[in-house]
Amino acid sequence: MTRTAHRRPVETIPVRPVKAPPPAGDRRRRRLTDQLRAHAFLLGGLLCFAVFSWYPALRAIVIAFQKYTPGSSPEWVGTDNFSRVWHDPEFTAAWRNTLTFTALALLIGFAIPFVLALLLNELRHAKAFFRVVVYLPVMIPPVVSALLWKWFYDPGTGLANEALRFLHLPTSNWSNGADTALISLVIVATWANMGGTVLIYLAALQSIPGELYEAAELDGASLLQRIRHVTVPQTRFVILMLMLLQIIATMQVFTEPFVITGGGPENATVTVLYLIYKYAFLYNDFGGACALSVMLLVLLGAFSAGYLRLTRSGEEDAA
Amino acid sequence: MSTRTLVSPATLARPRGRALYWTAFTGVVLLFTLAFLFPVYWMVTGAVKSPDEVARTPPTLLPERWHPDGYRDAWDLMQLPQHLWNTVVQAAGAWAFQLVLCTAAAYALSRLNPVFGKVILGGILATLMVPAQALVVPKYLTVADLGLLNDPLAIWLPAVANAFNLYLLKRFFDQIPRDVLEAAEIDGAGKLRVLWSIVLPMSRPVLGVVSIFALVAVWQDFLWPLMVFSDTDKQPISVALVQLSQNIQLTVLIAAMVIASIPMVALFLVFQRHIIAGISAGSTKG
Repeated sequence: MTRTAHRRPVETIPVRPVKAPPPAGDRRRRRLTDQLRAHAFLLGGLLCFAVFSWYPALRAIVIAFQKYTPGSSPEWVGTDNFSRVWHDPEFTAAWRNTLTFTALALLIGFAIPFVLALLLNELRHAKAFFRVVVYLPVMIPPVVSALLWKWFYDPGTGLANEALRFLHLPTSNWSNGADTALISLVIVATWANMGGTVLIYLAALQSIPGELYEAAELDGASLLQRIRHVTVPQTRFVILMLMLLQIIATMQVFTEPFVITGGGPENATVTVLYLIYKYAFLYNDFGGACALSVMLLVLLGAFSAGYLRLTRSGEEDAA
Repeated sequence: MSTRTLVSPATLARPRGRALYWTAFTGVVLLFTLAFLFPVYWMVTGAVKSPDEVARTPPTLLPERWHPDGYRDAWDLMQLPQHLWNTVVQAAGAWAFQLVLCTAAAYALSRLNPVFGKVILGGILATLMVPAQALVVPKYLTVADLGLLNDPLAIWLPAVANAFNLYLLKRFFDQIPRDVLEAAEIDGAGKLRVLWSIVLPMSRPVLGVVSIFALVAVWQDFLWPLMVFSDTDKQPISVALVQLSQNIQLTVLIAAMVIASIPMVALFLVFQRHIIAGISAGSTKG
């Protein structure tokens, strides 16, 4: 992008020491030992990828079509798992909650960091303070922030209702109410993760050349027009990238519903990943859990592919 | 940096602009303090309040009486030393395994031209498309088959399969000028020696970034350790907190939450410049 990519000068003719070429047999043996050494370096990492990444991905697909309980031999059942999972009333709730959570997180967790970054970029003092403070919640373990907000959300003595009472507003059930639980969780997730987004936006905003604003101002563009016609187009790439990342992350939400609401009240906060967990560890139904995993995988894989393509084209632009 | 932003310096210099600026500045300071610092303050002080003070409405801003026993009780009753130690072991091991195995693999892919190197790199990058959490169940079954449940290896080994960190390392190694490495080889250094004495010292910044990522990831993770450690004595602090939160006094739980946060917050405060620079740089380059 605007940062000048570090580029090495065009390579001149390499000066290499002239050595007598070794005899052919030697050369082949050299190449073989080189290869053996290269693969020895690769071996440990590669094994970990094979066992904990590639194999589980294939296995998820296989188990999705099996009746699978640990200890007994698996049995092929075709698409039974998918149809059973599909007809589970929790299935609809889980997908609805997950999609709503993602949509709300995009709405809240996307607009607020952008506005905050815009504001911070205009401020000329205490920049380091803002950057540290906004990132502080990110470093607090997610379990701790979930427990912390669970305490704040307590309908009787929690800080959230205390603040509402202080402002003479009606109190809420927060995470204990069926219709407010999901949004309460979105607030927690946004609070906890906003720091990274703000910092990335801030970096993007700082890379916008000032002349663009100057030119726009000379043409008589108002503040809002400058945001619309300079800031947004100039950061479009980062906006899109973060949006995809956030969709991928929020579709896998688990900690907040598990810790704060336990999926309740009335399944209002059961998410897809939570349902996968339940199938595996409560119902001992690994076929169903894998069928669900495959569905989540297919959906999120599409977003990830889009994200990777985007970053790759961004890299090529930068080079 | 005093580059031109949305609002021009001329506008800011006018009295009206200056007044607006300081209003906005105060507003943002208040907002940030309230939104991000206050909850942390509330947690740290909540732990030293007495149990009935913590449940009182309206709440007290400052603890009426100082009860540091909250922290002591948390330390003893919840066996925090044990769980903290488990977390340290898990994080340190994941870090070490990742650093050694990912660095070696990245070096091989970047510099040693292995056959099928392109295919292997493609396979590694393809895992970036697979959202990690969606695969926890088959991964759990694999770990169970290997007999690694309740073993820290269940954290350490899967942590190595981190395409993001590996790619970060490989990209950095790619940038090291060929001449430097060749000069070392002409001087008679083997591949391992080149890696150890030339490549690694030059890669200090990227190794720092990978180290922080690796440590933070393990410390913050919840779902995976929840699955693989059913044995209470082996659980890291995050899992233990949730398991114990049900039947423990609120002030004690809050104290435990503070203690669980201290290591990562301290790490952040010490390395904040590098961490923030790393996040910011990662983005603009895409």
